[in-house]
Amino acid sequence: MTALSHLEALEAESIHIIREATAEATRPVLLYSIGKDSAVLLHLAQKAFFPAKPPFPMLHVDTTWKFREMIAFRDRRAKETGMELIVHTNEDGRKRGIVPFGETAGIYTDVMKTEALKQALDKYGFDVAFGGARRDEEKSRAKERVFSVRSEKHRWDPKNQRPEPWRLFNTRKQPGQSLRVFPLSNWTEADVWAYIEAENIPVVPLYFAAPRPVVERSGTLLMVDDDRLPLLPGERPQTRIVRFRTLGCYPLTGAVESRAASLKEIVAEMQGARTSERQGRLIDHDSAASMERKKQEGYF
Amino acid sequence: MSAALKRAELRANSAPEAEKVIAAANPSPPATRSLLRFITCGSVDDGKSTLIGRLLYDSQVLLDDQLEALRKDSKKSAHTGGEIDYSLLLDGLAAEREQGITIDVAYRYFSTPARAFIVADTPGHVQYTRNMATGASTADLAIILVDARKGVLEQTRRHCLIVSMLGVRHIVLAVNKMDLVGYSEQTFREIDQAFRMFALDNNFASLVSIPMSAKLGDNLRAHSAAMPWYTGPTLIEVLETAEPEAAASRLSARFPVQWVNRSGPDFRGFSGTLASGRLRPGDAVRALPSGQRANIARIVTFGGDLAEAVEGQAPTLVLDREIDVSRGDVLVADDGTARSGRRWSADLLWMSNTPLDGSRGLLLKIGARTVPVRLETAAMSVLDISTGARHTRATLGPNDIASLTLEADTPVVAERYTDSRMLGGFILIDRATSETVAMGLIKDPAPEPTGNHHADGVAKHTPIIAKFIAKPAETAWRSFAKAVSWRATGSIDTFVLAYLFTGHVKVAAAISGTEIITKIALYFAHERIWQRFAPGRVDKSN
Repeated sequence: MTALSHLEALEAESIHIIREATAEATRPVLLYSIGKDSAVLLHLAQKAFFPAKPPFPMLHVDTTWKFREMIAFRDRRAKETGMELIVHTNEDGRKRGIVPFGETAGIYTDVMKTEALKQALDKYGFDVAFGGARRDEEKSRAKERVFSVRSEKHRWDPKNQRPEPWRLFNTRKQPGQSLRVFPLSNWTEADVWAYIEAENIPVVPLYFAAPRPVVERSGTLLMVDDDRLPLLPGERPQTRIVRFRTLGCYPLTGAVESRAASLKEIVAEMQGARTSERQGRLIDHDSAASMERKKQEGYF
Repeated sequence: MSAALKRAELRANSAPEAEKVIAAANPSPPATRSLLRFITCGSVDDGKSTLIGRLLYDSQVLLDDQLEALRKDSKKSAHTGGEIDYSLLLDGLAAEREQGITIDVAYRYFSTPARAFIVADTPGHVQYTRNMATGASTADLAIILVDARKGVLEQTRRHCLIVSMLGVRHIVLAVNKMDLVGYSEQTFREIDQAFRMFALDNNFASLVSIPMSAKLGDNLRAHSAAMPWYTGPTLIEVLETAEPEAAASRLSARFPVQWVNRSGPDFRGFSGTLASGRLRPGDAVRALPSGQRANIARIVTFGGDLAEAVEGQAPTLVLDREIDVSRGDVLVADDGTARSGRRWSADLLWMSNTPLDGSRGLLLKIGARTVPVRLETAAMSVLDISTGARHTRATLGPNDIASLTLEADTPVVAERYTDSRMLGGFILIDRATSETVAMGLIKDPAPEPTGNHHADGVAKHTPIIAKFIAKPAETAWRSFAKAVSWRATGSIDTFVLAYLFTGHVKVAAAISGTEIITKIALYFAHERIWQRFAPGRVDKSN
């Protein structure tokens, strides 16, 4: 028999999950964060419902601090796929001047990401939200279910998760509860890149090495994407050849020096990598349990 | 598409030898490299998380920043006194690190040059057995750990039984913490024998016992100098060579429909995952439970139509005619081998902390079908883990294993679990709390209950009158045809008899001619009443 290859099996499993969640949802939504995992998720959603369009909108929680190239890419992909794009910003947080540095840095993620996401889910009444998180990203994610139940307040209760044997997903919810669904649970970072290469999936150009203006701040290379990032005394943007392994808010996302300018070179670089992708994320380093705490409070 | 995927994987495989060791850090299993899913299980504190942490560490899977975090966290850990605590790599929840135990199953991904692995680290506490069973449901191999100081415990038996029940075919008995018993061969032999005493009943394809120290790495990758008496394989050797269960099921095509795809007025397709067998355009299929027939017209995917779909693929099927198919129905090969029914015998693992008590409203989810279900709790055979004996009980508590009969409200398509994990495994959901309360395995279609069972209130509650009413087995048209044919025959007979008695052709013709009209009407009415009268009927629906 023609057994499926590893990537084919992962693809089929994800498509199965997406259809199952959609079939039982009242108002599903795809959380689109513009990064590589979202790109794969969007591609799989298109595959799951071909020749129809995916029967749900995309939601982007815009902190207003994303790289400009990300926003341009987002709008282009929405047009190409013909899917509805909903963009939500926590206007209250913006008015209060919450920014990812200085005094408000500590509450920035809570207000502009977690709060904003909860606002958007409540505003539109989404009961099932697809996310591109993978179990290999982080330890508390490794404990996450594919179908993860959230309370009325969007909280995750890691001690009380539903058993999920085989590929049988319990999609029932109590009134007020919602589901976060992670079709890429069993993918690794290397799988994601191998799949992007094989399927020729468009990704934000920031993943590819290019000369970019950066400053080095406590060991992290930050890209100066616009003039809103206040430079510290003595900091002067220099042009270096860098790329990003993950994409988020530009003042919180570290670049890596790299010459990998094509998908093939990225895949090759990945295989020699000695650090994990989340190392470039400044928010994960607060404490060992920081991701778990954020997730309990409703973060993705 | 699949060709492109395979090319990408082959490229990943063509890395020069020097890079291959590093490639283990970021597994991207090529088409030629097989995948093994395994779990670790055993009682609490037997060292499961430490074992996997050590495997990851030794396989150089860990990246620099993860190692740095591990060293930092280990200093705070009370369990190893500042030495590297490998379990911290797995126990990702704050509550787990605080208590030094594993609560929930964690999945990790790593590979060696020979193989890619997905490992599920499962909890040892009895109260989290459900998470252990979840990990076992997809595993090819199970490592059952035993603390050399404690030997075989009830939890060891329970785990052995559950992995056996869930179809895990390969077992490694890891006798751990040998360093704490002075590497005693005698201790190892005793535990090995005690385990084999009950494990041998379970029909495993292989069972290997290995003495080890997960913390120190003895007999994981290399043979331990401290145990020269052990000459069997190391753990990595077993993991790299165990044969995963043959991927293909022996069954013909079974395609549970997850989603009806209506793309515009002219397109109606059925999306799902092919649970077994293969399908080609032109193949005859039946939709179950309705039984309607059609042929496959197209196998649609994003990358173009397929000439054939195989087990595990998730395409959209287009049929050559309009038949009634909705989510939860199953398209099956039209070879008469698929079974659909309301009553099935099954094995059940009760996972809820609230006991089963018969009053709960339950839903059965199997394949893509979710239906209300009733368990025949009066005659459940519950397994006693410690003795292996079975007792009849009417309730189930957490982690109880029972054999019983279930009855769904409407027919479901199912297969024996040993033939198909996808159509033989099911879950039960509490309608009131939405909790997943049990997982189960289908065995066989169960017979209809006998009259006595009705008295227990166990079986279908039907009003007395309903027992006398049946659905007509024949159409009215057929009844009328029977009336005409019978009357024609009968009236010829009447004519002949009348002529013989009277000798008058005219009288005989008048009698039989009148009779033929009135008696057709009488016969028809008589026949239709009998058609609806249930007693004495032989039911051929099964």
